[in-house]
Amino acid sequence: MNSLRKTDLIMLVFGVALFIVLQGLITGRILNSFWQLNLIILCINIILSVSLNLINGYTGQFSLGHAGFMAIGAYVSVVLTTNFHWPFLIALLAGGAGAGFLGFLIGLPTLRLYGDYLAIATLGLGEIIRITIMNIEYVGGAAGFMNIPHNTTFTWAFFLMLATLFIIKNFVNSTHGRACIAIRENEIAAEAMGINTTKYKVMAFTIGAGFAGVAGGLFAHCFYIINPTSFTFMQSFNYLIMVVLGGLGSITGSIAGAFAVTFVSAGLASWPEFRMIIYALMLILLMFYRPQGLFGYIEITDFKIFSRFRGGRKS
Amino acid sequence: MGTMLKIDNINVYYGAIHAIKGISLEVGEGEIVTLIGANGAGKSTTLRTISGLLKPKSGTITFEGKEIAGLAAQDIVKAGISQVPEGRRIFANMTVMENLDLGAFIRKDKEGVQKDLKNVFERFPRLEERKNQEAGTLSGGEQQMLAMGRALMSRPRLLLLDEPSMGLAPLLIREIFSIIADINKTGTTVLLVEQNANMALSIASRAYVLETGRITLSGDAEKLAASEDVRKAYLGG
Ligand SMILES: Nc1ncnc2c1ncn2[C@@H]1O[C@H](COP(=O)(O)OP(=O)(O)OP(=O)(O)O)[C@@H](O)[C@H]1O
Ligand SMILES: [Mg+2]
Repeated sequence: MNSLRKTDLIMLVFGVALFIVLQGLITGRILNSFWQLNLIILCINIILSVSLNLINGYTGQFSLGHAGFMAIGAYVSVVLTTNFHWPFLIALLAGGAGAGFLGFLIGLPTLRLYGDYLAIATLGLGEIIRITIMNIEYVGGAAGFMNIPHNTTFTWAFFLMLATLFIIKNFVNSTHGRACIAIRENEIAAEAMGINTTKYKVMAFTIGAGFAGVAGGLFAHCFYIINPTSFTFMQSFNYLIMVVLGGLGSITGSIAGAFAVTFVSAGLASWPEFRMIIYALMLILLMFYRPQGLFGYIEITDFKIFSRFRGGRKS
Repeated sequence: MGTMLKIDNINVYYGAIHAIKGISLEVGEGEIVTLIGANGAGKSTTLRTISGLLKPKSGTITFEGKEIAGLAAQDIVKAGISQVPEGRRIFANMTVMENLDLGAFIRKDKEGVQKDLKNVFERFPRLEERKNQEAGTLSGGEQQMLAMGRALMSRPRLLLLDEPSMGLAPLLIREIFSIIADINKTGTTVLLVEQNANMALSIASRAYVLETGRITLSGDAEKLAASEDVRKAYLGG
């Protein structure tokens, strides 16, 4: 535990240093507004991929509904900031809580389903959320919700991402996290060990959905208008690609996956049709050369250089 | 010797398939009781029902005087029953140590867990040598030992073993069975499911013979081993 706290501290110092450098590049106008926006999107995508990894990677449940939870967080928070003038952070957290609560309600029945069935159920769920929003006049329906305050700065996105990483990393290293991983490894054995599998699956799903909601809120406040087409199942696929690319069961991997997908899609902004081809190629190459994902189950903190700081937790 | 586990007339279904048709059996405190029978007789189904992975449609299961049929699996582990599932089902991508830790998942008494870990390592020295090894890379026999050690980590009073001899060489089977006998001697009651009837009958005090969901014979293990019917059907003549 002690050594874990130490890694947390090192990561925090590293994170703040990175922030200062990037913020310097932004203030010094070395990064233009296009790359500034992409940096913010990258932070948001990291929140989404890491939270999806908690469900799909660590707990082994195949969810395809992440964009739906993101939409809930987005709409709840923009209504609260725009119509009710709530403080930004509180609105974001409320959006996360709303998405988490829905995740909990839906998780209870659907997580009894296995494999493909769960994927289809969550895919359908994401679409139901989107179509429902499309039909709610109050939030602008298909036309979208307008006049959103432009609250999301790089600072907000970066530090909420850091908080997400911190919370999810500690969760997966906790007893709860070990229970989730045991479920992924062998659900029947986990049950035979006395692990309440439904409880932990719902817990992972709820937490994952909650963070997707926060990310949705951050995303929405980057723009003056959002509409339901931003939250289609294609978006859920994007986050899934990040997770699979980086490695199911590695937070470092999810960050790398978010990085790759965000910058490939930013770099190809003028040729969007190439994007899917590149993703497909990346995934095919991955299947051939590294089916466990870039990082597999490994974290950056597992590398030798870190064990020096940790006082040799692993031999 | 009091009765520890008493199963009374349970019926278990998989959808429309009636797998267990009114089974009753008893396990006394301190005994090794074995349940033998051919493929598909319903041996694993019986164990899974006791450990709460399946729910009986009717009938009662009493453990130490308490009704446990229909309880959730985690509550049955807490009550003191632990199962070594068929095919071992170890956590292949985790280390031996992590597997054993998960065996003690329901326990809060850290010192007791440490003590039991020491006991498991004493019983299975090979597990201690390999405690940082990934469990999936262990040999079949070592995996069986790990599955048993993991089950013991919850400090059960009743241990359910589902075909511990499966896929092991004869020498290893003998080693595993002597360990089972030893676990029993140190105070754990054992309900053992086996296809290897010879070995099972040799260490058990009593036995039940299961045939397509029904108990057809039961009694003293030695007597069953000598009986003509059992010899023909399960002991190869
Ligand atoms: N998940 C399941 N779904 C449907 N039927 C099942 C399932 N599991 C077992 N059965 C059926 O229930 C019956 C009893 O199976 P069980 O696994 O209990 O047999 P067993 O005695 O343990 O056999 P073996 O020695 O091969 O392990 C069999 O007819 C089997 O086909
Ligand atoms: Mg069986």
